Amino acid sequence: MTSLAPETWPQDIYQILVDNHVRQVAYIPDIGHASLIKMCHKSNNMKTVVLTTEEEGVALLAGAWLGGDRGVLLMQSSGVGNCVNMLSLTRTCRMPLLILVTMRGEWREFNPWQVPMGQITNQVLTMAGVLTFTVSHKDRIKETVEAAAKMAFEGPVATAVLISQRILGPKTFGR
Amino acid sequence: MNSKRSQSYPLRRRAVVKELLDRRGDALVVAGLGASAWDVTAAGDDPLNFPLWGAMGGAVPLGLGLALAQPSRRVLVITGDGEMLMGLGSLATVATQRPPNLAIVVLDNERFGETGMQLTHTAGSVALGGIAAASGIPICRTVGDKKGLEAILPQIQKEVGPLFFNIKIRAENLPLVLPPKDGAYLKDRFRLALLGTDAII
Repeated sequence: MTSLAPETWPQDIYQILVDNHVRQVAYIPDIGHASLIKMCHKSNNMKTVVLTTEEEGVALLAGAWLGGDRGVLLMQSSGVGNCVNMLSLTRTCRMPLLILVTMRGEWREFNPWQVPMGQITNQVLTMAGVLTFTVSHKDRIKETVEAAAKMAFEGPVATAVLISQRILGPKTFGR
Repeated sequence: MNSKRSQSYPLRRRAVVKELLDRRGDALVVAGLGASAWDVTAAGDDPLNFPLWGAMGGAVPLGLGLALAQPSRRVLVITGDGEMLMGLGSLATVATQRPPNLAIVVLDNERFGETGMQLTHTAGSVALGGIAAASGIPICRTVGDKKGLEAILPQIQKEVGPLFFNIKIRAENLPLVLPPKDGAYLKDRFRLALLGTDAII
């Protein structure tokens, strides 16, 4: 389980989003993204957009880029499967897209329903033309998100950081 | 499901879209895939049109991202009933964001037009205007004749949004008028026209 001491990496990610002039933050929440989402909500320079399905975020951020805004899409690994066809938009139009994925079904998973998608998340993204960066230690999150953001916005290309369940800890529903 | 009624609706899609776009002003236009994109192109190709050739269900959320990025510009999404049905959740997202500059127009012929004119859900019980209204989009109208269209044209252009208009149009197969299909080109020309040299990374 995650300890009670506050983690600093969500703050690091937030700072990278600020440094990269990210203006639109689209998300389907995950507990791993909870404190980052809170920080984004408090920002005066970021518009936060809660989605009904992750593919909406892919289209939303394509529109953002057409209008000159940079964005980030936050989701858990199950959401990657919901994005597949919409990622054609990003790829065909050669647009940037930065996705931060918190992993489920990958490490000490309590819920077997999370495992099928969690096990193919990286492959699905790769097949859809998204460059992936997996990070398994919290000390590496900052540099990895920094690298993925640079490559997305300098590309322009789609990149995704997969934040391992080893960092997030298993969800156990108290059992 | 009513398989016949939309064959006799009085409004014709090309004329409706031409009327909308003749008075677009400096609006940014997003067109959903298929006939809506052909209609927008038939009214006159423009760098500030973004016609989709895929990404079904994505027209409204794309328009939302654009509207949030460009709050001083009108953003007009023109799409079909089939495309809208695939992205119904985005109406909830639009209603939650409440972008004042976003107008959504659905050309509802109750058909999947590009695949053989099969009936969509709107040929049956589904009212898209009702879904938009129940989502909380403040202004939602459904029109099906010339008088109704004339009443909504100024709203589409100027009224504080978000706005949702479902226009019942005749089911008809029309000659294709195709926009450019290279997505990178469509994106680049749009950004250059809107943002100038800031568009170049």
